[in-house]
Amino acid sequence: MNRITKVFKEKKNNILSIYYTAGYPGLGDTIAIAAALEKAGADMLEIGFPYSDPVADGPVIQASSKQSLDQGMDLNLLFEQLKELRKTVTIPVLLMGYVNPVLQYGVERFCKACAEVGVDGCIVPDLPMVEYEEFYKDTFLKYGLSNIFLVTPETSVERIHKIDSLSNGFIYLLSSSATTGQNLQVSDTTAAYFSRIAAMELNNPTMIGFGISSKETFDKACNYANGGIIGTAFVKSLPSGNLEENIETFMAKFRA
Amino acid sequence: MNYFVNEKGYYGDFGGAYIPEMLYPNVEELRQNYLKIIGDADFQKEFHHLLKDYVGRPSPLYLAERLSKRYNANIFLKREDLNHTGAHKINNTIGQILLAEKLGKKRIIAETGAGQHGVATATVCALRGLECVVYMGEIDIQRQAPNVARMKMLGAKVVSAVSGSKTLKDATNEAMRDWINNPVDTHYIIGSVVGPHPYPDMVSIFQSIISEETKKQLIEQTGNDQPDYVLACVGGGSNAMGMFYHFINDENVKLIAVEAGGKGVDTGFSAATTFLGKEGVLHGSRSILMQTADGQVVEPHSVSAGLDYPGIGPQHAHLFKTTRAEYVSITDDEALDAGLLCTQMEGIIPAIESAHALAYLEKMKFTGGENVVVCLSGRGDKDMDTYMKHFGF
Ligand SMILES: Cc1ncc(COP(=O)(O)O)c(C=O)c1O
Repeated sequence: MNRITKVFKEKKNNILSIYYTAGYPGLGDTIAIAAALEKAGADMLEIGFPYSDPVADGPVIQASSKQSLDQGMDLNLLFEQLKELRKTVTIPVLLMGYVNPVLQYGVERFCKACAEVGVDGCIVPDLPMVEYEEFYKDTFLKYGLSNIFLVTPETSVERIHKIDSLSNGFIYLLSSSATTGQNLQVSDTTAAYFSRIAAMELNNPTMIGFGISSKETFDKACNYANGGIIGTAFVKSLPSGNLEENIETFMAKFRA
Repeated sequence: MNYFVNEKGYYGDFGGAYIPEMLYPNVEELRQNYLKIIGDADFQKEFHHLLKDYVGRPSPLYLAERLSKRYNANIFLKREDLNHTGAHKINNTIGQILLAEKLGKKRIIAETGAGQHGVATATVCALRGLECVVYMGEIDIQRQAPNVARMKMLGAKVVSAVSGSKTLKDATNEAMRDWINNPVDTHYIIGSVVGPHPYPDMVSIFQSIISEETKKQLIEQTGNDQPDYVLACVGGGSNAMGMFYHFINDENVKLIAVEAGGKGVDTGFSAATTFLGKEGVLHGSRSILMQTADGQVVEPHSVSAGLDYPGIGPQHAHLFKTTRAEYVSITDDEALDAGLLCTQMEGIIPAIESAHALAYLEKMKFTGGENVVVCLSGRGDKDMDTYMKHFGF
């Protein structure tokens, strides 16, 4: 069983997934961060592979991506680093990034490399659903990879059902239509949207992301979904000081 | 061969809508409605009324006699520089603002490179009383100061894009981020034939007025609506697509698209996309773009801000791959020289973008009597600083 499926089976609630950018703050920090996050209680990881033009990201993740690229990160190096991943890390790991680097690397080669290093799934926000279905799905399935789709408050019911039928892992609910790094405000309309999704009884579990920055917002997310995803707030905590201490301090707030 | 968009939003291998889910509802709303709205008789009436009485169309097709003598061919200039606001960009912004109104949008955003599209957008927003935010790269804000002032006077908010290369590509990223964060009330007026489907098709339809008029004018002036050559510069490719549109299926008409070679195609300071690029995805569509082996977008260079873009629209990628159009490149210096030549032989100061198309005439061989149409996409007022520095006036 794919590690993603397993985690949702074993732990139905309060699943905490952390996003960070590979090769940031130090080019060689990718694996150390993963190991420290698992030790500190993360249930799942999303490792971002950087792109020069990340249109869905706010300033914090843009800056981490740029620094990582400037330091020399690319997919070849990332897969080289990830050879060490499964020596220490047992929780599910996804790669998150934009479609163009994947296209240049080669879709099949990318999927194969993911499978070889023990990556369980991918989130590629600018890969359209129709393209995935037509050109990518078979390759993803061949290598046992989950593809994670995003849903926003504006996504139609019909489309959510379609996404559910194509998903094998979880569905990523955005708290609002926004670039990464905004604060989660659970207004009446957001609450209604989360409740509407919960009531749809989808086949796939759901995770809420974009804007979770505190224990309070994480708990709110867990009221409506199987867990929450933290990105910007975590990336912000990294640049200075001791990496492992930073991670422990950051995670302690959520695992209290 | 079909050179136009198919029902899936593709031109051969190129096009599509590679956008995050946050943009899907907006783009889908456009996709479902754009042809219906544009085809509506009232829309057409309003669009053509504004093009005529506000923009000043039809723009003249001028037989440039001294240039014709120099090149031993009949050189016709399609005078988009005479449009209100000084470039072809306004054809598209008039169309899109009317469309945005029909969709009930209250707020307009745009990206701009040379500032011409920003000015054209700010202009139609003033005309229709809509809020306007224009994203512009920090470097372009410096090199196109007069246009920044115009946009501000027109009531637009100009936001400096400070990420990446701080030019057109980054302004486009910022505009897309704005749209993601304001999905309901905002329409994004993209300024070229780039972006997710249906933008490339929609913008080319609005710009196709250029070749529609040219055909009529050629009949009046030469008795034949098919010239031997049609030339235009390519940044994202909107003036070129407008200039090519009604000639694309006239296979005898040779289409020449002129890219910005910068300091030279092999110098590392160039924006000649078809020479330096590979297939990939940028700003929502699959096309040809300048990138590293890892798929990171490369920062282009051109003396002309409007051509300083690492990609081309998907229809251009298709015309290139099928060889229906020829893609060539002109350096910064060649373009500036051609701008000066046109100024001193015809009394027309062209935009440096348009001067790239003029410069290619120097490289062509004519036997005499060929009819050649060059799209003079804009006027050079905005470029006076660059011209003056270069020539030491
Ligand atoms: C006068 C002029 N010509 C050409 C261009 C390039 O754009 P496109 O290739 O979309 O026509 C610009 C862009 O700003 C422009 O201002």
